[in-house]
Amino acid sequence: MRVFMALAMSVTLGAGFAHAQQAIDTEKELEKYRQMMSDPMSNPGFLNVDRGEVLWAQKRGAKNVSLEGCDLGEGPGKLEGAYAKLPRFFADTGKVMDLEQRLKHCMDTIQGLDTADIVKRRFGRVGQTSDMEDLVAFIANKSSGMKFSVPLSHPKEKEAFAIGQELFFRRSDFQDFSCATCHAEESKRIRLQALPQLNKPGKDAQATMGSWPTYRVSQSQTRTMQHRLWDCYRQMRSPEPVYLSEGLTALTLYLVKQAEGGEIQVPSIKR
Amino acid sequence: MKKLSISVFALAGALIVGPAHAQDMPKVDAKRLEEVTKAMWPKTPEGWEKRISFDETQAICSQYRNDLPQAEFDKVKARELATVKFPADGKVLGDWKAGQRAANNGRGGTFTDKPMTNGGNCYACHQMDRFELSYGTLGPSLVNYGKDRKFAPEEAKAAYAKIYNSMSVLPCSTMPRFGYHGFLTEQQLKDLTALLFDPESPVNK
Ligand code: HEC
Ligand code: HEC
Repeated sequence: MRVFMALAMSVTLGAGFAHAQQAIDTEKELEKYRQMMSDPMSNPGFLNVDRGEVLWAQKRGAKNVSLEGCDLGEGPGKLEGAYAKLPRFFADTGKVMDLEQRLKHCMDTIQGLDTADIVKRRFGRVGQTSDMEDLVAFIANKSSGMKFSVPLSHPKEKEAFAIGQELFFRRSDFQDFSCATCHAEESKRIRLQALPQLNKPGKDAQATMGSWPTYRVSQSQTRTMQHRLWDCYRQMRSPEPVYLSEGLTALTLYLVKQAEGGEIQVPSIKR
Repeated sequence: MKKLSISVFALAGALIVGPAHAQDMPKVDAKRLEEVTKAMWPKTPEGWEKRISFDETQAICSQYRNDLPQAEFDKVKARELATVKFPADGKVLGDWKAGQRAANNGRGGTFTDKPMTNGGNCYACHQMDRFELSYGTLGPSLVNYGKDRKFAPEEAKAAYAKIYNSMSVLPCSTMPRFGYHGFLTEQQLKDLTALLFDPESPVNK
């Protein structure tokens, strides 16, 4: 909704834009948006949910089995509410894992699937769907209406939170940016884009995290938190961070902790 | 800026404690953090040698959440001040029109950008003039910047230094150190200073 308001604002202010074209493009985008918002079933993110459902049940890999034996933390095959408690510690790997890391682990160990290909297709684009984006949309949707709960009861979870916090404030590279540069103050914006405050528990973090995965109109793709963090490191002028790396999971846990108690409604639709 | 919070006192040696939930959160030592970041960026992409940095100043600003105790503040300021290089010809004012283009341009330098001249992206954080309504609010408004300073040459020189290295004025500033990192060229820095100090610039209209 916040994004929506920012867009609405950019339209009202459109007359003062340096380039009229910008205003026209924004207007077009907004119109597309309005149509989609009025009918949730026309949110293309639900196509990912449907494809994810098929992928979850499909027998694949060297072992020709489905993912239905995969334990996402709530027990093998249990999907309801699993996303609301991730990232979390998994005793079988001794690691704190987010949904995508866990799915890859299950593909490797249960299915014997070629995950190099899965990783290669991690971000969907025209002509190439992403199994991960589809599966995450399907599984996260099973937590819609539920609230985030990450009690950090395992020492490794506490450590991951602390690492995530350090990464959030870590300034680096040739623009000296950290996440805190753009997300540690209330009601700030960059150009006309509203910036959510993510370094403390509260509404901003809840609304933000509770709306991922999301269908991004500007990219015509459904994106996961792994992609959002990739995109923010891109904006920070950092090199591309490694997909499914420990640091990204730690950051995600830090953000989910700030969003604790926030309701999940996904896939959402955003700019 | 220099208020000493409890968490700052807890910072001993290389050990880092987050301010929130500090009581029950484990300390993350610098080595462990380095291991994690190394796994996020295992190798330097070709041509990125100068773009990647985690220098002493970045490290201490990260550690103290940009809120340095006085002694560190003074140390960082002295160190950053020593990096400021003024143009050899002594002129800090270039062409304000080119400066405005650089200030408006937010492109360049990302891992999806092709090699190009980087933009300064000043409007992302600052209101610069009354005419451009698409501006961000992370930094203060710079409307009338030169006019308010009576277009004084020493003020223009100070602004050049600020843009060259924001932290030579305010350690741990949110503003990137554009000249220090070589993100912008000397000519761009001159043009941007002119944008702030030329009486004809929209900034002063
Ligand atoms: C240079 C500014 C900048 C930096 C630095 C930055 N971001 Fe962002 N971030 C943005 C912008 C702009 C958006 C898009 C906001 C919008 O669409 O309303 C955004 C969006 C996000 C979102 C999604 C917000 C939503 O409502 O869906 C998350 C989560 C996020 N950033 C996390 C991070 C993290 C974690 C880091 C550090 C790794 C980071 N950001 C660094 C500018 C930044
Ligand atoms: C990421 C946000 C950001 C960007 C981008 C940015 N600045 Fe800043 N700037 C700030 C902040 C925050 C301050 C106030 C704190 C300080 O003085 O360092 C500031 C302060 C300044 C000041 C000093 C203002 C005073 O009070 O005297 C000048 C001049 C300035 N910026 C110019 C620029 C120019 C020119 C650019 C583009 C090349 C730019 N800034 C880009 C955030 C930014």
